[in-house]
Amino acid sequence: MEDQIINLVNISKSYGGSEALKNMNLYIRKNEFLTLLGPSGCGKTTTLRIIGGFETPNSGRVLFEGKDITDVPPHKRRVNTVFQKYALFPHMNVAENIAFGLKIKGIADSDIKEKVKKVLELVNLAGYEKRSVNSLSGGQQQRIAIARAIVNEPEVLLLDEPLGALDLKLRKDMQFELKKIQQHLGITFIYVTHDQEEALTMSDTIVVMKDGLIQQIGTPEDIYNEPKNSFVADFIGESNIVKGKYIEDFKVAFADNIFDCVDTGFGVGEEVDIVIRPEDIKLVDIAEGMLKGKVTSVTFKGVHYEMIIHSMGIDWMVHSTSMEQVDSPVGIKISPDDIHIMKRVI
Amino acid sequence: MKLKWISYPYIVWMIIFILLPLFLILFYSVTYNTSEGLGFTLEYFQRFFEPIYINVLWRSFKLALVSTGVCLLLGYPMAMILADKELKNRNVMVLLFIIPMWMNFLLRTYAWMTLLERNGILNSLLGLLNIAPKDFLYNEGAVILGMVYNFLPFMVLPIYSVLIKIDKNLLEAAGDLGANSATTFRKIILPLSIPGVLSGVTMVFMPAVTTFVIPRLLGGGQFTLIGNLIEQQFLFVGDWGFGSAVSVIMLILILISMGVMGKYEKEQEGGGLW
Repeated sequence: MEDQIINLVNISKSYGGSEALKNMNLYIRKNEFLTLLGPSGCGKTTTLRIIGGFETPNSGRVLFEGKDITDVPPHKRRVNTVFQKYALFPHMNVAENIAFGLKIKGIADSDIKEKVKKVLELVNLAGYEKRSVNSLSGGQQQRIAIARAIVNEPEVLLLDEPLGALDLKLRKDMQFELKKIQQHLGITFIYVTHDQEEALTMSDTIVVMKDGLIQQIGTPEDIYNEPKNSFVADFIGESNIVKGKYIEDFKVAFADNIFDCVDTGFGVGEEVDIVIRPEDIKLVDIAEGMLKGKVTSVTFKGVHYEMIIHSMGIDWMVHSTSMEQVDSPVGIKISPDDIHIMKRVI
Repeated sequence: MKLKWISYPYIVWMIIFILLPLFLILFYSVTYNTSEGLGFTLEYFQRFFEPIYINVLWRSFKLALVSTGVCLLLGYPMAMILADKELKNRNVMVLLFIIPMWMNFLLRTYAWMTLLERNGILNSLLGLLNIAPKDFLYNEGAVILGMVYNFLPFMVLPIYSVLIKIDKNLLEAAGDLGANSATTFRKIILPLSIPGVLSGVTMVFMPAVTTFVIPRLLGGGQFTLIGNLIEQQFLFVGDWGFGSAVSVIMLILILISMGVMGKYEKEQEGGGLW
């Protein structure tokens, strides 16, 4: 409890009859980089806006360091937001934009100048004070938006898909920089994105959401290696999801074969989903394969080849650095701890 | 550029109805007829600087400024209400606002006469309350009322069109950074709406300063404004030379104020009607 800074308690929110959040409970620890991840319409932005104070939940409470702030307006909350489209004030220059919050707090002009200079150095835009915000590139505007928020030294920074409008290269650089800034400042970041790779790269904790419900909370490693259900498995990285049947502890049947696995605790004979990551499938000589199949397509993806192997009526996606010829017969080998068994989602 | 020819009819129109009259006015304002033919003179312009005419000019500007000010004070909040993102039935509101503009300008002004005259509706209502009839008509107040009533939409619409384009995220960002709604208005909404205000002020002030129907009907001819002066010279006095000179002076004054406005607008990076 001690290090929890924000608690969402039984939060529900609906817009004109459609539920955006369904009885959500979540706590956010001090100084962590927490990412709300999910497809559009999953409720992640609504969650962020409720924490920022731009939306009021229909029911439930928002606690900040244990105090109820559900009805506190945004301008009285100790959080700042980096908006999706930056929302820089077009009639002010860079320095005026960054100084906006400080001026309202009544901080002395000389201090403001100093703080603006420091924060511009932090976001690698030293000397940009007098520039018009309209003359900046997307990446630069993004940094100014971040600078404008963190100069107020908020305890929590909310970021609503801040890198969505940037190109791939810039996005990768900014991911790295954001993480650096977060560690440097030691403040809590709550980050909203639909980009799983972004979430895995930066986060301490990932909250995967779908249809207003939290699917899984965990570290990037947990989420990737031990997805709780086939939605999470499918959304985070690529997966082969096949139907299977739980035989008994450590035994599961799929693709007309029985495999050893490491899972226990399902009902005997229970219908389950089997998730196997494409990079966990090994292609071997056909005689050694657990399953026998034929290569139907090969695509070069840069680091690896993506191959589709047809076997037992299933198209298996396989990632490998070595290539097989199309139409060549191959064997498939899967080790027991790469077979992830999940409750069937109905 | 291949379709250049489609602009020819308009160019002909422009020459016949804009350039030629302008040239004629300029011509009349600096020439006089003698038995030997035409002569050049600046006497008409000199005459305008007599106190009586300067007074007319001053009064025109004063009334136009007051009307513009009242339009701004009434119109800005009105535009804010219309531009409110949470307003339901916005289209109905905008329609209600525009409908009077579809009616003829003269009709609307005559309607005010029947409302305000000594035996009019307003005085009858006061009579019911045992208040003696008052002279609402034929004074400066009535003229200002007429101007405000007729020109208010020209103030509201440009401001509205600028306000509606302001990104809602900016207002949320201001709130997020600690600004309450008054500060948000002062630091974000107002500065961003300046181009609309300038357009509105221009579009109200220009017709207000040159109007002659409103002062004639609601001012009862007692309030000679610059528009009335020009009208009299052409229609009643027959002094086309002086009338033209006054027109030229007005044209120059309007061009100067347009220039000043335009300069401001450019600095504010535009967004108004023109």
